[in-house]
Amino acid sequence: MTTSGTDAAFVEFERVQKSYDGETLVVKDLNLSMPRGEFLTMLGPSGSGKTTCLMMLAGFETATHGAIRLGGQSINDIPPHKRGIGMVFQNYALFPHMTIAENLSFPLEVRKLGKSVREEKVKRALDMVQMGAFGGRRPAQLSGGQQQRVALARALVFEPELVLMDEPLGALDKQLREHMQFEITRLAHDLGITTVYVTHDQTEALTMSDRVAVFNDGVIQQLAPPDELYESPQNSFVAQFIGENNTLSGVVKSIDGDRCIVELDGGGEIDAKPVNVSKVGERTTLSIRPERVEIDKKRLHKDAHTLKAEVLEFIYMGDIFRTRLRVAGSEDFIIKTRNAPDQVRLQPGTQIEIGWLPEDCRALDAS
Amino acid sequence: MTDTTNSGPMLAADGRPLKQSLARALRRQKIRALMLIAPLLIFIMLTFIIPIGNMLFRSVENDIVGNTLPGTVEALEDWDAQSAETLDDVVFQNLFIDLFKAAEAKEHTKLGTRLNYEQTGISSLFRTTGRNLDDIGEPYQDWLEDTDERFKDGAFWYEMMSGSGGEAILEERRDLWAALVGEGMAGDIGFTLSGEVAELLPWTAKAYSDWAIYTAIADEDVVAEEDPWEAVYGALGIDLRNADTVAAIAGYSGPGADALRAAVANIGAMPTTTFRDAFAAEDEDWLKTENWQTIKIYSPNYTMGYFLNSIDMEKGLDGAQARPENQQIYVKLFLRTLKMSVIITLSCILLGYPVAWILANLPARSANVLMILVLLPFWTSLLVRTSAWKVLLQQQGVINDLLVWLGFVDDANRLILMNNSTGTIIAMTHILLPFMILPLYSVMKTIPPSYLRAAKSLGATNWTAFWRVYFPQSVPGIGAGSILVFILAIGYYITPEIVGGTDGVFISNRIAYHISSSLNWGLAAALGTILLSVVLILYWLYDKIVGIDNVKLGG
Repeated sequence: MTTSGTDAAFVEFERVQKSYDGETLVVKDLNLSMPRGEFLTMLGPSGSGKTTCLMMLAGFETATHGAIRLGGQSINDIPPHKRGIGMVFQNYALFPHMTIAENLSFPLEVRKLGKSVREEKVKRALDMVQMGAFGGRRPAQLSGGQQQRVALARALVFEPELVLMDEPLGALDKQLREHMQFEITRLAHDLGITTVYVTHDQTEALTMSDRVAVFNDGVIQQLAPPDELYESPQNSFVAQFIGENNTLSGVVKSIDGDRCIVELDGGGEIDAKPVNVSKVGERTTLSIRPERVEIDKKRLHKDAHTLKAEVLEFIYMGDIFRTRLRVAGSEDFIIKTRNAPDQVRLQPGTQIEIGWLPEDCRALDAS
Repeated sequence: MTDTTNSGPMLAADGRPLKQSLARALRRQKIRALMLIAPLLIFIMLTFIIPIGNMLFRSVENDIVGNTLPGTVEALEDWDAQSAETLDDVVFQNLFIDLFKAAEAKEHTKLGTRLNYEQTGISSLFRTTGRNLDDIGEPYQDWLEDTDERFKDGAFWYEMMSGSGGEAILEERRDLWAALVGEGMAGDIGFTLSGEVAELLPWTAKAYSDWAIYTAIADEDVVAEEDPWEAVYGALGIDLRNADTVAAIAGYSGPGADALRAAVANIGAMPTTTFRDAFAAEDEDWLKTENWQTIKIYSPNYTMGYFLNSIDMEKGLDGAQARPENQQIYVKLFLRTLKMSVIITLSCILLGYPVAWILANLPARSANVLMILVLLPFWTSLLVRTSAWKVLLQQQGVINDLLVWLGFVDDANRLILMNNSTGTIIAMTHILLPFMILPLYSVMKTIPPSYLRAAKSLGATNWTAFWRVYFPQSVPGIGAGSILVFILAIGYYITPEIVGGTDGVFISNRIAYHISSSLNWGLAAALGTILLSVVLILYWLYDKIVGIDNVKLGG
């Protein structure tokens, strides 16, 4: 086996490249290995290569270079219909001329299962997504959420070991989407299916996945569990892409173990954790989550650096307050504070001082 | 405030019923919409619906017999056509008056042509007799003029016939003229019929009125100065055969009474030949019962005759009956037209489907180039395209030469690809192909590729995915294309005419023949009506079976 292969790897991409026009690579040197039963999300902006990866795995696109393995066996030359991979499409792709039951029965029919077995499995799959009563309807008679459930049931009805989902919740409204996120995760875990999920919605990726692969420009920027991704982004793209993020740019003034001091372009010095910087004098982008910014000086370390800030805008959002500040020349520095009884509501024009724990602010590449 | 507990109609704010208010509000919109489509509506009415309606009406219209021979038709009413009994002389007397009039207006040949569709030979019968009708009236003219010099004089006739009280008869004759020549005969004729004379000499009164109207209106002469037609003398002869008339003349004292009494006195010298014999002398065929049966059968104003003719039947004495085997052509032609249209439609589906599929699945740039190739035939004249097929298909043509050169076909046994149904099918499939490809393409364009992918991911092979998932969704396109191609094919005319020979012609070629060559417009209209009905019935069936909602011409 190759170096990236482990016994636990169920889905494996090894040095996979893909080019459509022979001039540019859409997927550059992709290496990825998934154990059985994992829920992995491919997250990235459009054009980042995530869907192409999914299509190569499903067999609708061929890899220009490299190997894709399923259960240790190369599937590069296996046509899609023999891969036995369930797939949920962005627009559900429910066959409009068939009823729901016929849609679900279709994969079983092409597998030449008997009629009674088919009916049994269709019924079980529909019950699984609480759509048992809708077998006789046509897709057009169902709501978006119902179609989504049916699409899911159809991808699962022939009991595939691997299920691919290509932005399956994109067309649903927020409330339904959250509900379906929960339901998909529950099903995937209950049935022990390995799932590859593609989305550009980071909330979705964070709430559903065991691990998230952040794609940009044909490269996996970071592959990590959601909490690690949010709290310890490896580079400024991931930091920007996952969650809300404030950035400040400057130059490293000193490094001392896992603490460094950065001199900001807009004036002032601040503490940070060096992630992508190694030597003094290097340019860096600081990344700090809005909810980790502290406005109460008493709660900071006594020798911590602070920055002067001016309140520009105060937005009441119910559970939180969102305040926009001018900090070190940047006018879109956001802080979030919890709506607690003792919380101050900062009025525009107020001059305050802000700071943070050094480990909450990551000094990343200058991008 | 409106009382909501009231079960009466809902009221608007001004107290009027809400429905009425709504209707008022919508009416202006409707009128505006109607005004927008009015130009097109008027255009279509004038250039399409009215002419077509008029044409279709011709398939049952048959007033030419009644209009040309009104008296004869009336006299024939009592005649039992089936028993073929000898015709009463009064029929021939009426025929003389009617035909004389028609011959003067040169309308009798039209009737001959019309009746000739049903009974061969009638056309020449009418034509020759029409020329020599004077011969039948002349003996009476000679006799009357010999009896009294004054009968030679137009002014005397005018004086004798003039008076008052006969206006009703005059107007009746005027209407008959109008029906015969197909235009108004209104206007002052400078003559009023005497009621007394009309009662005394009914035949003469009618014939003289006919002559007077025609002389004044059509010839624009003065009635008082002209000499009447021979028909008027003949009519007086007919009157004088009646013993009652002869008796009544003795008591008559109006103008010309003495001349009439002189004629009565000299009645022994009046020609004794019956009108029946006189006509027979002109043409023996007037004695043929079949000719009279035909006239009788086709005397009503409306007839199913053209329609019966269109389905190889004819109107016999006992009603509809099949035509002789060797005259049956239309049913065969209809069936052939249907069969070949179906074959052409199927060929178009077979050839067009893959092309449409490629078009729908190619990237936009290449699809556009291919689309131009599909549309190219539209930019060439239909005649040019069909003639090009002539070059390709003939026995010494390009295709045969190629096959011989390749050794597939022996030089002595070149394929006959033209002047038969093969030629029509090949050329028409080519010409109608775009009408299949375009709707197919526009429907296929709306089928997302994800369906095929979904089917494959579910385990279907390429063929199963196509046949179970893609094909059913493209059926509306096939439906739309088939309707277009079939309806165009069923009425096609130019291509079968050029490459079809005798085996490959359609019913429309026969319709064209009747419109432009045989001039049997009634038959052409009946054939056209049947063709239209067949299309409408097929359309209705299609709607019942497939559902017209399932037809898509575009996304």
